[in-house]
Parts: sequence; C-alpha cells; structure tokens
Amino acid sequence: MAHGILSQILDYSSRANPYPLYEELRKTPVFHDGTGPYVISTYYDIQSLLHDPRLSSDARNLAATAGDPLAEGGEAEETALPPSFLKLDPPEHDRLRRMTNRPFGPPHSPHRVDGMRGGLKDIVSGLIDNLGNTEDIDLVDQFAYPFPVTMICQLLGVPREDEPKFHVWADTLAASLDPDPDADPAERQRKTHDSRMELGMYLAGLIEQRRKDPGEDMLSQLAVGHGPDESMSTMELLSTAALLLIAGHETTVNLITNGMLTLLRNPDVLANLRQEPGLAVPLVEELLRFEPPVQLLPQRTPLVDIEVGGVTIPKGSSMWLILASGNRDPNRFENPDRFDPYRKDIQHLGLGSGIHSCFGAPLARLEAQLALTELARRLENPRLLEDPPPYRQNAVLRGPRHLRIACDGIRA
Amino acid sequence: MVDTALDQLRRSGRIVVVGASLAGLRAAEVMRQKGFAGSLTLVGDERHEPYDRPPLSKQVLLGKADADHTLLPRRLDIDAEWRLGVAATGLDMAARTVKLADGEEVPYDRLLIATGVRARPWPNEAEGELDGVFTLRTREDGAGLARALAAGPRRVLVIGAGFTGSEIASACRERGLDVTVAERGDGPLVGALGGVIGAVAAELHRENGVDLRTGIMVTGLEGDSTGRVRAAHLSDGTTLECDVVVVSLGAQRNTEWLTGSGLGAGPRGIACDAGCRAFDLRGIVTDDIYVAGDVARSPHALFGYQFLSLEHWGNAVAQAETAAHNMLSESTDRRPHLWVPAFWSSQFGVNIKSVGVPSMGSEIMFTQGSRAERRFTAVYGYQGRVIGAVTFDNGRWLQFYEKQIEACAPFPPPFTTVDRRPDGQRPIPADFPDPSVPTHGPTITLSGYSPADRRIATFTPAGH
Repeated sequence: MAHGILSQILDYSSRANPYPLYEELRKTPVFHDGTGPYVISTYYDIQSLLHDPRLSSDARNLAATAGDPLAEGGEAEETALPPSFLKLDPPEHDRLRRMTNRPFGPPHSPHRVDGMRGGLKDIVSGLIDNLGNTEDIDLVDQFAYPFPVTMICQLLGVPREDEPKFHVWADTLAASLDPDPDADPAERQRKTHDSRMELGMYLAGLIEQRRKDPGEDMLSQLAVGHGPDESMSTMELLSTAALLLIAGHETTVNLITNGMLTLLRNPDVLANLRQEPGLAVPLVEELLRFEPPVQLLPQRTPLVDIEVGGVTIPKGSSMWLILASGNRDPNRFENPDRFDPYRKDIQHLGLGSGIHSCFGAPLARLEAQLALTELARRLENPRLLEDPPPYRQNAVLRGPRHLRIACDGIRA
Repeated sequence: MVDTALDQLRRSGRIVVVGASLAGLRAAEVMRQKGFAGSLTLVGDERHEPYDRPPLSKQVLLGKADADHTLLPRRLDIDAEWRLGVAATGLDMAARTVKLADGEEVPYDRLLIATGVRARPWPNEAEGELDGVFTLRTREDGAGLARALAAGPRRVLVIGAGFTGSEIASACRERGLDVTVAERGDGPLVGALGGVIGAVAAELHRENGVDLRTGIMVTGLEGDSTGRVRAAHLSDGTTLECDVVVVSLGAQRNTEWLTGSGLGAGPRGIACDAGCRAFDLRGIVTDDIYVAGDVARSPHALFGYQFLSLEHWGNAVAQAETAAHNMLSESTDRRPHLWVPAFWSSQFGVNIKSVGVPSMGSEIMFTQGSRAERRFTAVYGYQGRVIGAVTFDNGRWLQFYEKQIEACAPFPPPFTTVDRRPDGQRPIPADFPDPSVPTHGPTITLSGYSPADRRIATFTPAGH
C-alpha cells in the first residue's frame, strides 16, 4: 500500500483531502520508495529535523542522484538569480535574513507590523464593502487574493497596479514548488527561469528608483541598507525582494481561504468568533495546525549520513518534511482531525520551526486574524455553494482556487 | 473502591507550600489541576503575590517596565490561603507543623518547600547599608536600583560579573552610564561557562564601554558624611569613585529556618531524591516533605547522579510540577525530575542561551558560527560525551544539542554541520577555574560533594 503513496499525495484528485493519505504515510515514518525523496511525516521527527544542523536547505548540497523532482527548479533558479535566504544555510542565510529583518521587525523595527493594523483593516473593510452580488461570491478572487497582495505591495513599495504583471510570474514560480508529475521538466524549468528573470528585471527597475528617491517602504530601506552588516549586493537584494513579494502573498491567500472554508464547515466556531473576536488569535493558530498553507518542505538534504527513526538517510538525499502530516500526528495532538480553536496545546508546525521558520509569520497571523474576524462579523448567514471547492494544482502551497459562498447580506 | 489515605489527602488534606514565588505558585496550580480539593496554604516572607524576576535585571533597569508590574500570570484560581509577609521560622517534622514568624503554627499533611535563594549580601554589613549600595533579587531591589540609575549617577560599580552582574552592566551602558565591573575571576561568566566563553564575554563588556577589571577584589566601600557611598577600594590598591554600587555575588539558599528540624538542609540547599522528596539529616527520604526550585538539590542520572542545585527559571517550573504531581500520587505513579538544565540571558544586545551542565565540561568546541563574530554554538565535552552547549545569538539550534546531551552523544561531535568554521574543527580546553578557588558562583552548583574535598570526589572537575 505504501508504494505509490507519494504519487497519490501529489495527484490532483487528493488535493481536497490529503489527510487520510498522510495518516497512511505515518505508518512508515521515514518513507522511501527507492528512487524518490525520503519523506518524514511524524511530528517529533519533523520537529527535530527542523533544528538539526546536519540538514542543509541549500540545493547545491543535493547529490545528483537524489531523485528529487524539485531539484531541477533549484538549478534553473541559480542561472537567473542567486538563491534567496530560504534556500541558503548559515552564515549567508543568517546575514541576509538579519538584514531583511531590520526594516520589518524587532529589535530595530518593533512596531512595523502592528503599525499596519489600521491599513489592514481599511483594506479588509473596502473589499467586503465591494463584494457585490451576495448570492455568489468568489472569496478567493474577491477577497483572499487581493487583500494580501495589496498589503505586500504597500509594505514593499511595489505599485499595486503592476499586480497583473507580477501575478503571472508569481504563479509560475509558486508552481515550480509543486512536484507536478505531469509537467514536462524541461519546459517547466524554462518557464521558471524566464519568470525569475522577468521578475528580477522588474524589481531591479523598482529598486533603482528607490535608491534615487527612498521612501518608507521596505524596498527602499533594503536598498539603502544600514546596520553593522554590509549592504546586500544588488543580486541578493533582487532575490530577497522576489522572495518577500511571492511568499508574502501566495501563502496568506491559502491561509485565509482555508480559514473561511473551515469556519463554514464548523458553523458553531464561526458563531463564536462573531461573538468573541478575541477568539481569532487561537483560532488562527489552530488553523495553521489543521490546514497549513505550506503542506510540506521539499528542500532539505543531510550533509552527512543521518539516522532518523532507525533508517539511515544517506548524505545528499532529498528529504521532504510533511508539516501538514506532523500537525495531524495523534502521538502529538489529541483528536488531531478535530478543528478545535480552544485547544490549549498547540505547538504546530504550520509556520515551520528553527532558523527557517516563517519570516512573515507576524504579518500573516495579523492578516488572517483581521480577515476572518471581519468576515465572520459582516457576512450575514454565510454558506458554502460548493464543498469541496476546486483546489489549486499545487500540493505544496495547497488551497482552494475558488471559494464560492453566498450570504443574506453584508452588515455595516 | 477502597478509600485510601491518598484519596483522603486529595479530598480533604492540608497542603502547605512554603515559598510564594515561581515554584510555589506553579506547584499550587498543578495540585489544583490534579483535583486536590483540600486546604492549600501558601507562605511567603515577601508581602507580594508571586512575581517574575527575569525582568528585574533587564527591562526594569532600563525603565521599560515597572518593577511593580511583573506579577506572574495565573493559570487558574488556586483558592489558597495566602500568608504573605510572614516568614516560616521553623519546622517540626514529628508534629507536622510549620512555625511562622508571627508565632502561629500551621499544620500540614504534605509540605512543599520552595523557599528559593536570596542575594548574597556584601560581607561588611555597615558598608552594605550605605545609601547607594544595592543587591538585586527582589522587586524592591529592582525598583530601588532602577530609580538610582534613572537619577544619573556619575559611576556605577558592579561587583561580580556573573549573569546578573553582566546584565546590570549592560543596562547601565544602554542608559549611557559609566560603569565599572570588578570580578575576582579571569572574566565574566567564567564560573558558569568557562574561560574561553568568558573571554568572549569580556570583549562584549569592553566594546560596549564597560570598565571591566578582572582578577580583582573590592576590599571595602567608603561612604561620605551623609552615609552615602562615594568610593570603593580595590585589591590592586586603587580607589574608585562611584555613587552606586551593585553587589552581585550570587545567591544564598534560604534554609536557615530549617536548622535543627532534622531535615537534610544546609547552605547548599535541601537534598531530595529525583522525585523531589526531601531527605532527612540521616539520608533517609521523607514521604511527606517535598522540595522544588532554587532551594532544592537533587540527583540527576544524566550528570553522573550529581546533586544539582539550579537557579534556573525553567527548573523552578518543571520541578514544581513534578513535586506537585508526586505529592498527590501513589509511589508507583511518581515520576522523576530529570529536567535538562537550561537558561538564557540577554546582555549587550546578545542573546545567550545554555543547556546541560557546561561547568562539568573540560573541553569546548565551536560547532557552528564564529567566535570572532560572537554568533555561535559551542559544545562542551566531558569524558568523551556532550555535556553542555551554549549559544550566542544562535539559540534556534539549541534544541538539537539538548537532544545530544540527553542521548550522551559522543564528543567531539563526529559529524559536520551547517556553518562549521575553520576554528570549529577541533576541541580546545574549556578553561574552567579550579573549583576549589572561589570565583563568582555558577548558576548550577554541583553539590554532591565539596569541590575542595578531594577525598570523596569520584568526579574530577574540569581540567583538574
């Protein structure tokens, strides 16, 4: 049974509910079918490996024979832009992440994210005001996508009206993370490469402008640079900006959409959230456990032979850490398949852990909390028109492509 | 079902907790969580409800937090009788009563002792009472020192460069105050982390403008005619003008009240078994007296069954939870307190974390990052195994090294890691001071034997 389970997980028909497959996978905590990646699916193993300094995130440490369908994407990337800090190890990772963090979070910019609260609320209100025909709303196109995109544009200083341009590149690059078994690898590699090039050129233009005329946005602050580290090189800056732009919205769309879908499937929780907006904080944590927007981390490789659960994983192998599976591991969470925002013990893997834990986590949390609270408060009697909804192709960045809902009206 | 003594205890027993700080509060909460319905009395010599101490040497001194606003959060209503502002003064083990300073005697069926430690005072009492001379342990200490720093003294002298002393010096520099640190040992933090890391810490002090003087003792403090400190005399014959002095010479365990009680209590703390049950003077374990937190010293299988006394926040919490569990459990359901020591500090903008017992280590190896950049993970080795680890701005890796310690993994680590640098290819001596020579105390005391008493030592301390 275990054989072929990876292709089942990657198969589009499993997208709406991959969790039974993960349960199957956990019976073989270190799964390897002979040629593909080593797949790790239990909570404690994943948690340990995320803190294991013998594991590299740098695709250059993958052995040529690692058999990773995603490795080719990594090579294409190198020819266009250097890897972003997501795909680097310390010390380069630490240096770039630290410099990126200066304009974003504590200790240098402690109020940046919280200071965005007002702006976030305005965007949410505006989008809900304009939902239009309440008998058929596509919550993805009309809300869950435009909200984080508008926000990341403001934060970075990318013109919102350029969205149609970078949307295409972002889509292609997000798809490059997807081990789509049907795609022609050469064709995909070419498209990924072209998109990175075009996105890079576009960002280079913006950064050039910001250097001449810096504003308060993050691109300006990264371009100007400050602090004890040297400034980023132009190429590093482009990689970092591309990472922030794409990771800054591709995942939040899914978090918000998965959130609303889960709430509509759990109307009692939705009702509680309406009464008790403070519930949004634990609710989003439970959501990150229950339906994490990043289902798996496909880019780890051991620098030496390591042993996990009695299995020796050879140096240079491709390893996949299935975060979404660890989050539903009954050895870690009671009733893991139950959505329970009142759960006390909620150390989930939804945002990763260790040095690569989600950079944008504070913003993503705040966005999802505000979005779900306002949707719960303002939509009158909301209901799903289609369950399950159609999903995006991507098995890694998993979420509905559309979420059709109806409601009786919009409260003020 | 048989109505056992334990059932009666759970239903209507009397539990007394002496010590109303972190460990006492957490233990009380766990007892209630576990369904203890009897009477619960918390005795504390301070008049405050339990508060948190880590901010006192950090945010409070920077004026970013008020010493009065560090109350510990309550996880549930513990429905206890609070006897605050009254010290326990004695214990009658036969009569099962605790004597209080107000003359009252409180009877118990189970007793938990969590009286913690207090700051070691300046040995010369008259000098210690000079205006402007502080120790830092209590909320009042924190508030007073914060006020003194806010008043803009011309120079602050910190005596002792352990973690607290270093954090105080850091706060002074952040406030732009001139500060001198006098340390008897070779460098800051050497008692806890050894000379190699001590040298890194010394650079941190000096680069941040601290006038750090090592290998030196303060021989006396001098006041002016109004009783205010004005100068300190140092063992090199010099005199230092200063108007604030912070005595940061480690802690003393609060066990004096148990003198004559027959309990195995002394200056090193109260000996107990791994299940937190206190030993009496004859080395026999009691069944109704438990110990938790800084005042406890308990054997740890991972560290050669050394009796460890830990002044660690996390230990107070974990040990209190174990003690509370065991107090209400049948002997077969009891569990050992085998917490791996861990602590953190924040000074000069650097986040320092440690796990295990570095001070047992004889060698050290920089497995990740670089000493020169002061961003690293260093591992301590003892007789071919990993015994401790410390990180400077590298804390996210610590969990891995904690597991290495728990697994008695070999030292030096036989594998490579990300961010391994040329200077981390081989171990070097960790350079702990001779334990028979007093320095600033480490935060972990290996108290299974007297370090100076070589006759009964089966364990040879670092490098000697």
